[in-house]
Amino acid sequence: MKKNNIKGWLYLLPAILFLSIFMIYPLIDVLIYSFEEGYNFASQTHNGTGLYNYSYVLHDTYFLQALKNTFILVIITVPLSTGTALLIAMALSSIKKLRELFQTVFFLPYVTNTLAVGLVFMILFKKTAYSDGMINLLINFFGGESVDFIDGPYWAKMFVLCIYTVWIVMPFKILILTGALASVKDDYYKAAKIDSTPKWRVFTRITLPMISPMIFYLVITGFIGAFKAYSDAVALFGTDLNAAQMNTLVGYIYDMLYGSSGGYPSYASAAALILFCIVLTITCINLMVSRKSVVKGV
Amino acid sequence: MKVVLDGLTKRFPNRNKKIKTEVVAVDNFCFEIPDGTLVGLLGPSGCGKSTTLNLISGLEKPTEGRVFFGDTDVTEMAPEDRGVGLVFQNYALYPHLTVQQNIMFPLQNFRGEKKLTKEVMLVRSLEAAKLVQIDGLMERKPNELSGGQQQRVAIARALVKEPKVLLLDEPLSNLDARLRLQTREEIRRIQRETKVTTIFVTHDQEEAMSISDLIVVMKDGKVHQIGKPQEVYDNPVNLFVAKFLGTPPINVFKGRVKNHMIYIGDNAILKAEKADDGDVYVGIRPEGFIPDENGELEVNLKGLEVMGRDTTIVSDHSDCENVEIRSIVSAETKIDTGAGTVRFKVKPAKTYIFDAGTEERIYY
Repeated sequence: MKKNNIKGWLYLLPAILFLSIFMIYPLIDVLIYSFEEGYNFASQTHNGTGLYNYSYVLHDTYFLQALKNTFILVIITVPLSTGTALLIAMALSSIKKLRELFQTVFFLPYVTNTLAVGLVFMILFKKTAYSDGMINLLINFFGGESVDFIDGPYWAKMFVLCIYTVWIVMPFKILILTGALASVKDDYYKAAKIDSTPKWRVFTRITLPMISPMIFYLVITGFIGAFKAYSDAVALFGTDLNAAQMNTLVGYIYDMLYGSSGGYPSYASAAALILFCIVLTITCINLMVSRKSVVKGV
Repeated sequence: MKVVLDGLTKRFPNRNKKIKTEVVAVDNFCFEIPDGTLVGLLGPSGCGKSTTLNLISGLEKPTEGRVFFGDTDVTEMAPEDRGVGLVFQNYALYPHLTVQQNIMFPLQNFRGEKKLTKEVMLVRSLEAAKLVQIDGLMERKPNELSGGQQQRVAIARALVKEPKVLLLDEPLSNLDARLRLQTREEIRRIQRETKVTTIFVTHDQEEAMSISDLIVVMKDGKVHQIGKPQEVYDNPVNLFVAKFLGTPPINVFKGRVKNHMIYIGDNAILKAEKADDGDVYVGIRPEGFIPDENGELEVNLKGLEVMGRDTTIVSDHSDCENVEIRSIVSAETKIDTGAGTVRFKVKPAKTYIFDAGTEERIYY
């Protein structure tokens, strides 16, 4: 038994070694940095310990802006993308002709580079001296006034960011949900049909409960992903996100690390830990909710 | 409600698209199932039993022919309008709903005038549960039930809306041997109590024989014989039906008819006044052998299987199609095992002859 134990640990050693060096040690380090005031990378010095970093970050207007942006992004895009993906997956499952073509089309954003997509969105939404962009042309066509979605009012920029995020995350969700829908046994639908179950009832009482584990998986990973959003905002609004009022939490951390004159690693660490706590809390809540409502043994 | 099938045919396009010929799953079925009977559709795998059931339920549309419930033509009717209850082979119970909710599910779908109050639904689902004796398990989820209990829930769910016809697709195939015996009696009892016309599909002849009022023996999409189980067993119309019914199976010999005598090898075993000369298959039921020193049929003895109630004589014969001949005799019969051979007389009522080419029964 004892011999086996040693063997077991030996097998685990490479993984443990790598994980401790590249994951656990940095995690602890970040925790330490976040309490060391004015830490400097170059000199490896700091001038005091305490909660000042947290206090600074929580009072920083840029951080609060980023927090607000991130929360809006999360609350809008996660339900919207999951819901739309479910609709599209249902539609895909119910057609026979051209199904594979549509599946490919819907999956394309997933394999496309974020920045390239950002460029396309710029062309669609950006208002320049020469052109109002395609979306504005559409708005004009229906009698509306042009809006500058990229450099204009806050709501317009947030609108574009949300649409962009939904569009980027949807293919994966469609893929997962199409698979989940296909795994629901046909017999359930036949049984429901024999019992003359109305369509909406089949959906709410059979389909939805049966695929609920997958929906919760998508919601949980969706929340985590949206909280960590950064590249999407960069793709649309450039690197100076604070000026554009479009910064996200991860963007704020990045700016703090590599911003002006060597950065402020202590502030970045504090912000990172705050983000970590938020994601952890939300995920725990999600898991608790899902334990209660997800169907088991399907 | 009687069920009438009139020229019912179902053809499927071949799965291999290069082959243009269609697969005929159900070929020109014409028969009537009287009101309140329990009917077994019996046949080997792939003979079209389940397709027939689906055509009756409406889940499949027939290529040709019509289905009547009573005097109403339901051929064009959607399954939900036909008023059938269907029990699936794997039960198809909704795993996230309790037994109570599962049974109540069909009732909650009633709309308009038929809409029921919650109280009525609870009463009716409890009645259905009591009928199948699962009223103590109402709060359980399906995965907390045994296979037999799940089966009962599925039957209760099919019966709760008081269907005109109850259809069961291989109802016993997912149960172990003991439960199977119990459940088939259960199905019989439930059918007797509710008097609902019930059609079930099975490939197990014993199952079909034991509980059906009528059996429909099918093969390759064709009906071979319809009748009461005992009648079909006693009077098979062809070699397939004779072979398919009965355990142990009928013993088939290559033989011939000459000068109004049936021969197996060189032994004339029976007279056949009406049969013409020619090659035939001779089928003898296991209970059709009488050990007799002066018997016409001599076989090589391989062993005895003593069951207590009766004895099975295991033997072989060069003209026999079966690997071994099984003949069941009463336990009192004394068999000399040292002799190496046994001689039998055969009972004419248990001996059938079939044309060697068409395999149709020849009456002699």
